[in-house]
Amino acid sequence: MNRRLTLAARMGLAIILLNIFAALAGPAVAPYGETDIVADVWQSPSAEHWLGTDNLGRDMLSRLLYGAQNTVLLALLITAISFLVGTMLGLTAAVVGGWVDQALGRGIDVVMAFPTLILSLVVLTITGSSIPALVAVVALLDSTRVFRLSRAVARDIAVMDYVEAARLRGERIWWVMRHEVLPNALPPLVAEFGLRFCFASLFISSLSFLGLGLQPPQADWGGMVRDNANAISFGLLVPLFPALALALLTVGVNLVVDWLMKRSQPR
Amino acid sequence: MLWSLIGQRVFWGCVTLFVVSVLIFLGTEILPGDVAQSILGQEATPEAVAALRHDLGLDVPPLQRYLDWVGGLLRGDLGLSLASRKPVAELVGARLGNTFFLAGTAALVAIPLSLALGLLAALHQDRMLDRGLSVSSLIAISAPEFLIGYILVYLLSVHAGIFPALSRLTQRMDLLEQLRTIALPCLTLTAVVAAHTLRMTRASIIPVLAQPYIETALLKGVSRARIVVVHAFPNALAPIISVVMLTLAYLVVGVVVVEVVFSYPGMGKLMVDGVAKRDIPLVQACGLLFASVYILLNLLADVLAVLANPRLRHPK
Repeated sequence: MNRRLTLAARMGLAIILLNIFAALAGPAVAPYGETDIVADVWQSPSAEHWLGTDNLGRDMLSRLLYGAQNTVLLALLITAISFLVGTMLGLTAAVVGGWVDQALGRGIDVVMAFPTLILSLVVLTITGSSIPALVAVVALLDSTRVFRLSRAVARDIAVMDYVEAARLRGERIWWVMRHEVLPNALPPLVAEFGLRFCFASLFISSLSFLGLGLQPPQADWGGMVRDNANAISFGLLVPLFPALALALLTVGVNLVVDWLMKRSQPR
Repeated sequence: MLWSLIGQRVFWGCVTLFVVSVLIFLGTEILPGDVAQSILGQEATPEAVAALRHDLGLDVPPLQRYLDWVGGLLRGDLGLSLASRKPVAELVGARLGNTFFLAGTAALVAIPLSLALGLLAALHQDRMLDRGLSVSSLIAISAPEFLIGYILVYLLSVHAGIFPALSRLTQRMDLLEQLRTIALPCLTLTAVVAAHTLRMTRASIIPVLAQPYIETALLKGVSRARIVVVHAFPNALAPIISVVMLTLAYLVVGVVVVEVVFSYPGMGKLMVDGVAKRDIPLVQACGLLFASVYILLNLLADVLAVLANPRLRHPK
């Protein structure tokens, strides 16, 4: 087993750290404010404005940094909730088994067949553009995939001798889940966390791109693409910068996930 | 045994469809707040709110409203759009064909292409070709649809001027002109979908190629082409069929964003515009249509997989 980081994994890690830095320290290091109009519309990149300016003359780099905060943190929130719900239910189903497992499995199968985007659009029509509603819907639909994985992994672990031993010692079911099952199920779950995070950030950016996510003038990557989309017909690349930032983030996470999965595979 | 298994899948498909339809139509009940009030704003007169509540059928008990709606649906009556006051069925009817045209063309290009590339990648496992395909498909998956769309617009429309940047399809165009109009959204969808399909195809063929009987055939001196087509392919068929079906299901939903990028007059654009105007009857109808096609394709993937792989007929 090779525990050293490969070149690809290092690159992925660097991209993730860069994004975390931008999300946490973005407002502090941004050269201009989130909504400050600082120059003419759609200026090309220059010394004052490294990535040029947007459709209202706001500094693109600054908005990209502010946008990192909204996009990355919102996606993290969604993923965290979906993992909390998904692993709880998954481990419960695997450890308790019997009819609880059956009922949960059936219910989740039904929910998994929902197209997430379509259901989110319906919810947003009813609630109006609402971030809490959006987070709840995406997190709940996403938690079904986490449930599947954590249940499958935990079932393999639940039949191990050390779990049996813990049960025979008379440990409570919660104790068994926390101390015996969860630590051993962690590597695949961490990899899945990365993939789910990618899905969530692409998803909320797509909704913002459709004009249904975060509302202006707040900066977020999908919305920035939408605001500047017309520039492309003048041969300007402005709308591509936030989209590229998003693609870079998901590539970075994928590289690390690939490495994690290869590492945890017994050879 | 076989039929009862298929019957089971179909039954669960129907249950899913039922749950989705209930969620879509009773979302106005389940979600907090009064929809009519929130659409019209706080300053609206009580009369206006009451009128909108009536238009939305909110003054009728939920169960009866749901039954009325399902009844109307079966007769082809989807209610009136709030924004345009036209029958929803008319609005949807005008767009449905366009969406199927775009998604269908993309499927015709993407599926054969990605199956062939996935097979090639599996045969050249861990060599240059495989690595190249794996990196480029990873990039295509990681990129949001609108990035791929706008890059294509930048290259093929703004610079090369080959295809139009906006896909304003009309019925008066002949087929060739229509195909030219949808070229860019079609290419965008192909890129996204082919990347997924290629990866899944590769992943489902590689374990088959690692089986001992393939090695036996190889040692017997059977040609590579024959091994792939006669020995490996039938055993990889079940996963490949589900890959194709899932690709189609993915296309149905992926089409929404792409239609907006290219202002394509399809269902996806119609639905997104409806969400922005909070046109509840229109969005509900579009949502149910999209969801039904999606669920149907998923169901078909399950059933075909059972038919193609006898081992699935006897679950342990």
